[in-house]
Amino acid sequence: MQPAVATEYFVVLSAVLFIMGVLGVLVRRNAIMIFMSVELMLNAANLSLVAFAQQWSNMGGQLIVFFVITIAAAEVAVGLALIVAIFRTKKSIDIDELNAMQG
Amino acid sequence: MEVIASFVPLVVILPFAGALLNLFLGRYLSEKLIGALATTAAALAFAVAAVMTVGITAHGYEAVVVNPPILDSWIYIPSAAIDIPWQMRVDTLSLTMMLVVTGVGTLIHLYAIGYMHGDPRFARFFVYLNLFLGFMLILVTGNNFLMMFVGWEGVGLCSFLLIGFWFDKKHGEGWKNSNAARKAFIVNRVGDFGLLLAIFLIFWTYGTLDYYKPNEVLHIGGEKAAADVLVREGGDGIAHGQKGVFAQTEAWLAEGGHIVSFGVFELPFETVVTLITLFMLIGVTGKSAQIPLFVWLPDAMAGPTPVSALIHAATMVTAGVYLITRNSVLYHAAPLSAALVTVVGAATALMAGFIALGQWDIKKVLAYSTVSQLGFMVAAVGIGGYAAGMFHLITHAFFKALLFLGSGSVIHAMEHGHHHAHAHHESEHGEESHGHADHAHEEAFDPQDMRNMGGLARRMPITFVTYLIGTLALAGIFPLAGFWSKDEILGKAFNAAFIDGKLEGFAMLGLLLAAAGFTAFYMWRQIKLVFLGVPRTEAAAAATESSPSMTIPLLVLAALSIFGGALNIPLGVNSVLVIGVLFITAGFWLLWALPSVRLFFIGRAEPVTSLPSLKPAFRLIALGSAAAFMLSGAAIILVPSLGASYPLETLVLWLEHSVPYTKGLTLNPFLAILALGIGIGGILLAQRVYSPAPLAEGNQDVLEIRPDTRPAFQLANAKLYWDETYGRLIEQPYNRAAAWLAHKLDWEFWHDRFHHTVFRDFYKRAADFIATPVDRGAIDQGFLRIGRAVAQAAARLRTVQTGYVRTYVFTMLFGVVLVMLILLLPLLRQ
Repeated sequence: MQPAVATEYFVVLSAVLFIMGVLGVLVRRNAIMIFMSVELMLNAANLSLVAFAQQWSNMGGQLIVFFVITIAAAEVAVGLALIVAIFRTKKSIDIDELNAMQG
Repeated sequence: MEVIASFVPLVVILPFAGALLNLFLGRYLSEKLIGALATTAAALAFAVAAVMTVGITAHGYEAVVVNPPILDSWIYIPSAAIDIPWQMRVDTLSLTMMLVVTGVGTLIHLYAIGYMHGDPRFARFFVYLNLFLGFMLILVTGNNFLMMFVGWEGVGLCSFLLIGFWFDKKHGEGWKNSNAARKAFIVNRVGDFGLLLAIFLIFWTYGTLDYYKPNEVLHIGGEKAAADVLVREGGDGIAHGQKGVFAQTEAWLAEGGHIVSFGVFELPFETVVTLITLFMLIGVTGKSAQIPLFVWLPDAMAGPTPVSALIHAATMVTAGVYLITRNSVLYHAAPLSAALVTVVGAATALMAGFIALGQWDIKKVLAYSTVSQLGFMVAAVGIGGYAAGMFHLITHAFFKALLFLGSGSVIHAMEHGHHHAHAHHESEHGEESHGHADHAHEEAFDPQDMRNMGGLARRMPITFVTYLIGTLALAGIFPLAGFWSKDEILGKAFNAAFIDGKLEGFAMLGLLLAAAGFTAFYMWRQIKLVFLGVPRTEAAAAATESSPSMTIPLLVLAALSIFGGALNIPLGVNSVLVIGVLFITAGFWLLWALPSVRLFFIGRAEPVTSLPSLKPAFRLIALGSAAAFMLSGAAIILVPSLGASYPLETLVLWLEHSVPYTKGLTLNPFLAILALGIGIGGILLAQRVYSPAPLAEGNQDVLEIRPDTRPAFQLANAKLYWDETYGRLIEQPYNRAAAWLAHKLDWEFWHDRFHHTVFRDFYKRAADFIATPVDRGAIDQGFLRIGRAVAQAAARLRTVQTGYVRTYVFTMLFGVVLVMLILLLPLLRQ
């Protein structure tokens, strides 16, 4: 059975999504937005995993994706909780104001 | 006999057991119990010795060697062929010594109970006394030289402990006492070194230290020794002999031409024996207080008087005489040594007798008298009169112990009289006059100074009578003990001089006759000073008789001093009569004769037994002993007439069974009368010189006043400057050398220079080097630099932490890309 869409497209799309995520993390100052960019990067990785799984008819890739999604959910829970906590103390979620660890 | 002789370990064990008991239990016991325990131990030892004496007499005087069950092999080294068994020898000689030591020892123990009453270290005193007895008995019972030496050193130790017994006396007396103890110990060490050399030489020569092997019979000058008796073991020079020392000596002498190899050189056997006996003589001069090592004995009188009586008069100091007697075989084989022994002894006898003339201390007179009498004994054994020497040893033990105990009784009474007079004085003058002056008086009073005495005969009748008996016995007055033994010695000297033509015999005879004259003179001077005349101090006037525990031993010893001579009277029919008469005379003396002597000297004629100062118990004792003497005298005469015979022999015959070369009795009527005349002459001379008053103006001796006798008296009073000479010759150079070593070598050179420059400065410099350049310079600075570099690097590196999330993310991204590039590069290159 031939795949409906060639794997190369998935990979390219995955790379584009990943770069968008990276740029989002690097450029954005709002913690929520950075968070969402991180999610984008995760999903980009998921996408390439699924694509390669399909190509090699190996369910391992898809399996890992489930794990990633689960862990991402957990991460979101923790991350959002952190953001809420930061907001409570700083009254802001601007990531550039969180520079207490500066050397 | 074997069975009876096997009791001999008991003789040694009993005193040691007494010492141990008092050592551990003494502090819980009363004085009476302590004294009773110690005295019982001594008395039981005497009883065992007496039983063995009876046993050995009944079995033909056969000597027995006993192996005590536990100490079977004392020193046993098979690889070196050394086997020194702990064997004890029971023969007539060792039994004689055992009887004297335990017999006199028991009496002195009894006396010490009274004398030491109230002493804070009462128990310790009796521990030492018992310990001394034990060691002395080891000395005399040992069957080899090493056991003898153990006893020899043990009695030396006890002597040291007992001389310094009052080391804590006030007013510097304690120092004097402990110095006397140390002097005794150190001087004896010189002698003991000589004895050790003799023992080493014996072991080298014979390969054994045993006097005799068990069941060995000595053949004097007998058959040729078998060639295989001596087995040499390899090349180490240790001989493995099957014969005892004496039997081997006889064998080699009979064989002739024996050579002793010392590895690098060889000596003829006769020369070796001479060397052995000369070294032994050094030991004898130390222990038996002969020239040149006698100087410790007069100082040893610092000890309590029972000690002076037991150790420094009756027993320990006679060990040297015993030693020479035991080694009669060796001394017979070495005529040169024997001659030297004779001359040393005779010279000592005269020299010490002369010094005794000028002494003021009651015990010092007796001490020099002891040295003098030991000289008699040593001279006797030197000339070959072994039995004569032993005879004088025994009688001297009796009368010198008696005299010492008598002097102790006097000192005791003087101390009490002084306290009494002192207290009396106080009550007369009231409290306010009692001040510093009285105190000074108390310090200055010397209860032993004869100048403080006088007139004590009246106040101390028993002490006086017994002291008089001891004096007459010592002066050699017929028929007391000293007469017989001194005559025996003089007879030996006479025979040696006029029969054998020995040169030393003439010297000995002359010296000893002069010494006998001195003896009588100084003893009568003492009697005059102490007992006769009028009291010269309040203390003497207030003196009273001592307690029964002190006077009973005096009475017993007085009896022994009277009858001691009977030991050597041949027990024929006539001599039985003589002894019986002697006994009866003694009883007569006690009842009547002595009071008449008192009448002569004091002018009061009450019998001793009826003096008001006497307690009823005393009267009973005096009466009882007088009756016992007279009854036994009668019995002695009557028993042979009933058909029974005595198993007794004279001392000479008795000793012949164990001492080789003992010759028979030497009764010389001419000499006896001459010696008696000299003795009586000395007494009469002293009586004339010291009448009417023994002291001239200013408490000076009569002889000191007269210009013709003044230098001699002063010389005697200064003890012939022996101590000063030794001080000049030995002590001062020694002290100077020690001071030089201490100050110059040790302090200035070693401590100041060597220590400071080499040790301290070197150490300091090394420490400085390690501390300053190495530690603080290189090490410290190095680590500081590292620390600073780390700090600087960290300060720079810290700026990497910007605190901006995007910096971290970018870094992470950069890192991830870099890792991927590294992973992918090999793929790209393909």
